[in-house]
Amino acid sequence: MTNATPKPQPVSQPESDRYWDGLKVEEIWLQRSKKTGEYQFYPRAISIHDPASGPEGVEWVQASGNATLYTFAIVHAAPHPGFVGDLPYVTALVELEEGVIVPTNIVGVDPEPESFQIGMALKPVFDHNENAHTLLKFAPA
Amino acid sequence: MPNIKRLNNLSGQAHIVGVGESNKLGKVPEKSPLAHHSEAAVNALADAGMELSDVDALFTAGWSTLDVAEYLGIQPRYTDSTSVGGSSFVIHVAHALAAIAAGYCEVALITHGQSGRSDRAPIPRNPGAPMAQYEAPYGIIGPPVSYAMAARRYMHEYGEDRTRQAMAEIAVSTRKWANLNPIAYFYDIPATFDDYHNSRWVAWPFHLLDCCLVTDAGAAIVITTPERARDAKNGSVKILGAGEGHDHSGISQMPDLTWAFGQYTGPQALDMAGVTHSDLDMAMVYDSFTYTVLVSLENLGFCKPGEGPDFVAGQRTAPGGDFPLNTNGGGLSYTHPGMYGIFTLVEAARQLRGQAGERQLDKCDLAVAHGTGGLLSSTGTVILGSD
Repeated sequence: MTNATPKPQPVSQPESDRYWDGLKVEEIWLQRSKKTGEYQFYPRAISIHDPASGPEGVEWVQASGNATLYTFAIVHAAPHPGFVGDLPYVTALVELEEGVIVPTNIVGVDPEPESFQIGMALKPVFDHNENAHTLLKFAPA
Repeated sequence: MPNIKRLNNLSGQAHIVGVGESNKLGKVPEKSPLAHHSEAAVNALADAGMELSDVDALFTAGWSTLDVAEYLGIQPRYTDSTSVGGSSFVIHVAHALAAIAAGYCEVALITHGQSGRSDRAPIPRNPGAPMAQYEAPYGIIGPPVSYAMAARRYMHEYGEDRTRQAMAEIAVSTRKWANLNPIAYFYDIPATFDDYHNSRWVAWPFHLLDCCLVTDAGAAIVITTPERARDAKNGSVKILGAGEGHDHSGISQMPDLTWAFGQYTGPQALDMAGVTHSDLDMAMVYDSFTYTVLVSLENLGFCKPGEGPDFVAGQRTAPGGDFPLNTNGGGLSYTHPGMYGIFTLVEAARQLRGQAGERQLDKCDLAVAHGTGGLLSSTGTVILGSD
């Protein structure tokens, strides 16, 4: 079935263009504090780990894509009409090996509680959907 | 950081003298959100023995005070549209206390009105905001999905079966209270443990009965000086302690999914009031979801992290139990138009004034009202005492 209502699309901001542009070519780019080496998600104009350095305090680094499942839910009631055709679908927070939590979907697996274990290894799936932006989803590794 | 010594001096410097809901709660398509604001305002002021012309400070959330004041036809000299989710109205009590103690105003009106079920014009969100950019495209939208992911993490850390049992206990005990409240949405409809476990999935691990209602409703509160509170028509309630704050907006940015900001606002409010948990006669804890109650009780310090399931076991939060919790029937079974926090205060004030009808507690001199807003994002805690 097709969805009458489109899904909400990300509206990239100047500080996040590099993130969204990277996903289009199947690369995950994260920001890291030059001073502390700590990563942050989502992209910001400054590092939350070293705000005093201002915009010069952050650098972009390509992430491995290796991740583990932090938590998830299986959505049975669409919170937006654009997702009615996807029910049930799995939302998740995953932890990248760089140490940041990323909101996403888990795909390629039965949407049943038994399919998931907290901590299970995941690999990235780049969803080049019909829209302008590529979404970063994950599947069991 | 809050200075507790200075806050101690604020304790009791303002009183709640009026509370009220809008004229009809539940499914009310014939009324707008601002109609609920206005009806509740008039009802709360009448409860206080006051009129709109007495009001010199206005607090609201969801709408700007510009819109609400204009609709009511008042010109406030103190204005506060702090809007951080359903906890906002509890936070407004703290702000009103400070403003009254400082002399900015004498009669503070807090209003709420929302047509969560029937609104013809829901408020749009900024599509460039981080939550819209990073969560919404994945269908991580709205409270059930976000709170469900937090609850699943709690299950991982503290045990799935005992968490499930605790969520069921809260759903069932809260419904029992609603069955004693004639204006509760589920006044006439009991719920058993089987009903809980058999209800459909909304966002696993949440059943339908883990989730609050979606209704149309409004409420308002009137706060004034201790001096003017002596003239309160139906009695007054002292504001003894308060705390507020937040630590994230979207759920993916929450520092710890099992440990919300009540960890700070609860102890602060209790310290300011100079009381401890065992002094409290009842708790009004915002129940957007059963999980919200579970984690809030732990955050507030009623029990340790992970001990919530033991704390709520055996229906001890139900009518007749030794820990009266959400005695109006809560957001789960009384009403929940979207930002429910103000209703925790309305019920606490009624219990403290001995005006809660069939559900009135035998002894109620000290209560906590705890609001959680956004996606477990913000909390406001208030300690109230009978006068």
